[in-house]
Amino acid sequence: MKAALSRRVRSAAAFLLTALCVVIALVPLLSLAWLVVSRGWAGFSWALLTEVPGPPGGAPGGVGNALAGTGVVVFWAALLGLPLGIGAGVFLAESDHDDRLASAVRFTADVLAGVPSIVAGIVAYGLIVAPMKRFSALAGAVALAVLMLPALARTTEELVRRVPGALREGGLALGIPQWKTSLRIVLPAAAAGIATAVLLSIARIAGETGPLLFTSLNNAHWSLAPDQPIGTLTVQLYNDAISPYPAMQQRAWATALLLLVVVGLLNMAARVVAGRRAEGAHG
Amino acid sequence: MSMAHTAPLAMSGAPPRRAGSVRTGDRLWRLFLLAAGCGVFLLTALILIVLARLALPVLHQPGTWAFLTSSDWDPVAESFGALPFVWGTLVTSAVAVVLAFPVGLGVALFITEVAPTWLRRPVTFAIELLSAVPSVVYGLWGLFIVVPWLRETVEPALGAALGFLPLFSGPPLGLGYLAAGLVLAVMVLPTLASVSIEVMRTVPAGLRESAYALGATQWEVVRLAVLPHSRSGLVGALVLGTGRALGETMAVAMLIGNAPSVGTSLFAPGYSLASVIANEFAEAGSDAHVGALAALGLVLFLVTIAFNAAARLLIGRRQP
Repeated sequence: MKAALSRRVRSAAAFLLTALCVVIALVPLLSLAWLVVSRGWAGFSWALLTEVPGPPGGAPGGVGNALAGTGVVVFWAALLGLPLGIGAGVFLAESDHDDRLASAVRFTADVLAGVPSIVAGIVAYGLIVAPMKRFSALAGAVALAVLMLPALARTTEELVRRVPGALREGGLALGIPQWKTSLRIVLPAAAAGIATAVLLSIARIAGETGPLLFTSLNNAHWSLAPDQPIGTLTVQLYNDAISPYPAMQQRAWATALLLLVVVGLLNMAARVVAGRRAEGAHG
Repeated sequence: MSMAHTAPLAMSGAPPRRAGSVRTGDRLWRLFLLAAGCGVFLLTALILIVLARLALPVLHQPGTWAFLTSSDWDPVAESFGALPFVWGTLVTSAVAVVLAFPVGLGVALFITEVAPTWLRRPVTFAIELLSAVPSVVYGLWGLFIVVPWLRETVEPALGAALGFLPLFSGPPLGLGYLAAGLVLAVMVLPTLASVSIEVMRTVPAGLRESAYALGATQWEVVRLAVLPHSRSGLVGALVLGTGRALGETMAVAMLIGNAPSVGTSLFAPGYSLASVIANEFAEAGSDAHVGALAALGLVLFLVTIAFNAAARLLIGRRQP
């Protein structure tokens, strides 16, 4: 049975409208990518990666210290956040579906995943900066760890649950204790998936700015010390972006390109790991 | 799942050899998992306690209600009113969601109903890319592209056509509620689209097929089967997207104009909860100033928690 012409025309028009929505959504993405690449490319040099930022109004220098600083803050954040996040995820995956406690944990994690990053910054300020009376890389790391934990827990749960139940049952049937079954059989089977989740959460926190403004602050010099203020790519980018000096704005574009490259590489690594897992499942 | 049946066996079955050590190992493992799981509660409590302790002086001194309704923000005179920030947060989020929701819904429909299979993955990937861009990069883009475009093209045109409405009156400054809201719209679009897709995928195939069997066109299937079935989930996506927009910091801080006033025009500069915290926290000289900013953080935390909880309940109802 064929629908009347007017109804078919209306159907086609509605679907054309949805295609238009996709175009509207992609315009900002293309504009942003073009702008960052075309303006950032000019400032992209070896010096950008190796030098410290020059003074306001002077030569631009580079953001090498900030690149290292982002690495330091993310490293400590991962050290704090990964064990708790993955542990909470395994707890959720190993619980029954009708477990009330697990449901409450799951709901709380979902809600916490939407907490604004700036709030995590205030918490790190109250916990670390105020008692130590000093801005520090560690305070920034605590803020980012708080941010990565809830989403990591939920993703880990999903991936551990995907491990076939027969694997676990096989382990238990052989008389292997539950903890060993979990640690030696179930978790390794979910390892690639968990690695993907970890890489994605690191990519996310590496791009955070707000909570770092008043925890790790900024530092125009080289520093890797966890108890000192530290420069990061995002904070450096923000300060340069709102500065009135053309040389600093130019540095902001180059830093933006560098930041996109770092975040892009982390996302790509996550995809490669996830792809390998899919292949493994087929083979 | 499988654990439901195996767990009691491992704990209470016929005692095997080395039963003692097996039990201690399992008990320790469970204790660790329980601790990690309850860490989520602990974290929530910690956030509340830290925020409340910092904010306490302010909530006592002018009182919570006075704090929320005063629009006077003068850190030097230690006079703190939250209204301009609450207002700015609400206005920019509303602009963002009003602009982004229809587009997000269209994108979701395109990916689930319209696109040929080979096109689905690239489009999904491109939309996901939007959410991978750091907020500060959006701010930079907004500052150099969106703000000049609004100042020179959009705002004069809107002012000429709709200037009789207070919403579109005043000089076209570029920086202001509209600029922040527009860039926020781009930033929440991937959330709206991906949650909508997730919701639409739960529509039972039978429902779609019955609509087709009645002779419906593709669009009528969407209108009669897909959308009604997804309604509460789509409202959930809307609420979740609003929650995202409320908490966004950097792009708003760079685009809203940073003026602590309550503007009635979308062209006017304003301020938001998250962006004033980002701008003033590091330089806050007095305990009272830190306390006032933490109180703003507490307001933001409670509001986003409420939005997220509501969204989860709305979306969760539809999940299998």
